[in-house]
Amino acid sequence: MIMNLTLLVCLLLVAIWTVMTTRLIHAVIGLAITSVTLAIIMNHLNSPLAAVFELSVCAGLIPVIFITTVSFTQRISKKQLRVREKERFIKFWYLPVIIVVAGLLLALFTHAPQITVPPAGAEENVRNVLWNLRHIDLLGQVIVLLAGAFGVVVFFKESGK
Amino acid sequence: MIQENMQLLWYFGIFAILLFITGFYCILASFNMVRALIGLEILIKAATLLIILAGYIVGKTALAQAIVITLIVIEIVVMVVAGGVILWAFRHNDTIDPRNLSNMKG
Repeated sequence: MIMNLTLLVCLLLVAIWTVMTTRLIHAVIGLAITSVTLAIIMNHLNSPLAAVFELSVCAGLIPVIFITTVSFTQRISKKQLRVREKERFIKFWYLPVIIVVAGLLLALFTHAPQITVPPAGAEENVRNVLWNLRHIDLLGQVIVLLAGAFGVVVFFKESGK
Repeated sequence: MIQENMQLLWYFGIFAILLFITGFYCILASFNMVRALIGLEILIKAATLLIILAGYIVGKTALAQAIVITLIVIEIVVMVVAGGVILWAFRHNDTIDPRNLSNMKG
């Protein structure tokens, strides 16, 4: 439990740093660290396959996409950066205060809400579930991937004019 | 056991709510499309955490993992297409501030 709580606190702190940092590259690195922390939590919660997916895709591929986007778009001088740092501090110093207040308010409710949890069923094999029980999901994933590829092609198509 | 699970749900739930607040704040307070995407990512992470926790508590981690894998695939497609939208907007407007996207129709 203490390990889980430590990991959750790390997750939240890294997420807050990701949001508050001025440079976009730092924010992207923070997002990757958030993903790594979440993957460790997933592994603790008996979900190793999802943790591997989270680690490889969310901590590996998505930062690459973000860094590519940032490197193509961000053109900012050091002077502008300093001005933005000041603006950002004024705009974002509320966030830690809001998080602390909301956390304290939620922690005051020491009684957990009464939700009826169904009894734990027999554990199934994840491959069996993925390929047999949820095979329509895989079809949907393929369609979404194709739609995404089509969308990217449309966006980067050179107009013939 | 059930009481222990409820406590676990409550602790993780508090952190998921705080992550949601962080993501929403990022989306609402920044005028940069990349930062909005980062906020969306944090929201998705909170949802992922809750799905995995639900699977753990109910004892159906296999089902939760299958759903999370679907979620991650959709997430990556959304991020790639959104990255394309941002680059497209930058090429046409020379900015990624949504307030300056003035040449959009509609």
